[in-house]
Amino acid sequence: MSDGPAEATLTRRQAYEKARRRRGIIIASTSTIIVVVALIVLVPMAPRWDRVRQSFFNWEIFKDSFPRLLDAFWLNIQIFLWSLPLIFVLSLLVAVARNTRSPALFPLRAAAVIYTDVFRGIPVILAIFLIGFGVPGLFDSRTWSNPLIWGTVALVLSYSAYVSEVFRAGIESIHESQRAAARSLGMTARQTMTAVILPQAMRRVVPPLMNSVVSLQKDVALVSLIGPVEILRQAGIDKAIYANFTPYVAAACIFLALTIPCTRLADWLMAREQARTGGTAVA
Amino acid sequence: MSDDLILSLRGIRKAFGDNTVLDGIDLDVARGDAVTLIGASGSGKSTLLRCVNLLEPIDDGVILFDGADVAEPGLDPDPVRRRIGMVFQSFNLFPHMKVVDNVAIGPRKVLKRPKDEARDAARELLARLDLEDRADAFPDQLSGGQQQRVAIARSLAMGPDIMLLDEITSALDPELVGEVLAVVRDLKSEGLTIVMATHEMNFARDISDRVCFLHNGQILESGPPEQIFGEPTETRTRDFLHRVLDAGRM
Repeated sequence: MSDGPAEATLTRRQAYEKARRRRGIIIASTSTIIVVVALIVLVPMAPRWDRVRQSFFNWEIFKDSFPRLLDAFWLNIQIFLWSLPLIFVLSLLVAVARNTRSPALFPLRAAAVIYTDVFRGIPVILAIFLIGFGVPGLFDSRTWSNPLIWGTVALVLSYSAYVSEVFRAGIESIHESQRAAARSLGMTARQTMTAVILPQAMRRVVPPLMNSVVSLQKDVALVSLIGPVEILRQAGIDKAIYANFTPYVAAACIFLALTIPCTRLADWLMAREQARTGGTAVA
Repeated sequence: MSDDLILSLRGIRKAFGDNTVLDGIDLDVARGDAVTLIGASGSGKSTLLRCVNLLEPIDDGVILFDGADVAEPGLDPDPVRRRIGMVFQSFNLFPHMKVVDNVAIGPRKVLKRPKDEARDAARELLARLDLEDRADAFPDQLSGGQQQRVAIARSLAMGPDIMLLDEITSALDPELVGEVLAVVRDLKSEGLTIVMATHEMNFARDISDRVCFLHNGQILESGPPEQIFGEPTETRTRDFLHRVLDAGRM
């Protein structure tokens, strides 16, 4: 993107476009400044602003609690990092299972349908409760009663049900003619799936998958409800110690530091896919 | 003659729901011959080709390919398909693979050739079709005519006994039709057996050993091109040819 031609050489159309662009920038900046100033001026004018600031935005408590929260957040990241590949593999298997056509595989297809129906129909939090409190009861040994394991399992099962639908939509978006071309070469159904259909489907589902990845980062916090001291629970503990809500704000900042870049990346990927497959934007 | 038949169709029937698309097709194709199917759209040409390649199961009839009935229910279609090449109207190249890999994928996956060997063979084949400089491009960087030639190369890479060409120039801009037809002409002169559906009547007249006119899922008339184009016996063949040739003259 180099600068446009010098002022003197602009055509009337280019000069008009340039003036329009400049006008757009001025309007956008003015309205942004007005909104920001209004927030800074008006919010503190609320009658109980001082009390809210004391209990949510206490800088001393923020500084004090932040390192502990960051430590606890490491557990969120660990759970996230274990879950992600498991979700990826399980959901891909479920999606492929639902796309099989052989009559012999009917039980597999049926199991995949029931699984996705059940886990998409249950709130994630309920799945965590049921699996986190229920399954450890099956074992004598305490090693198997670790809530981290079962919390992760519940997350993986819930998320895989959603993500498998994303994969399935991706697989089904590949035109039947691609399958016909592969089969006409003598490739088997399996070869067609792995060499022709899946590689194309994967590219299409990356942007929607990124949205699931961002949600997963947040939903890891739900595992705290069955025990593990991750960031949300640590924030709760600190809130009780200081009798102040600032640790929650600090926790929110830590989440945002991770989720905002991921969201931007997802948007960028989606825009790139749009540019490749869709038309150009309309003025 | 009959001992040299590579493909014999007897009483092929195919319906999609209540819509009968093929209504008792008999057709013999001798080794090395070029047989052309002509007829209005919806007359069943494409479906017939897809049935021969077992992409569509037939409802009734016999498909004798090299002496064996390949329409036998329960028969594994993959070994049959690898000997039958098919080229589609809309190319159907694999967009995520380079041109050379599009051509090499069949031999690699189906014939289990090592990757390098399959690619070398693919490059040779592309060179024969004047496409060697496009080998490392992706399909969407090619013109329609080039894409269709790659699709032909992809089929040829399997060393098929017969090629089915399903209106392979219908999706091309007029100035690109010639380069694709030239390839087909070469294949025919090399002795490859070809069954094709086409709207290119001059080409059909030129290259075919036999022309079949399909109407409502039946072969109404078939014979050497001079006869079908010169003195068709059926009124409906005459009407069809008039319509097509008049449109071409405009």
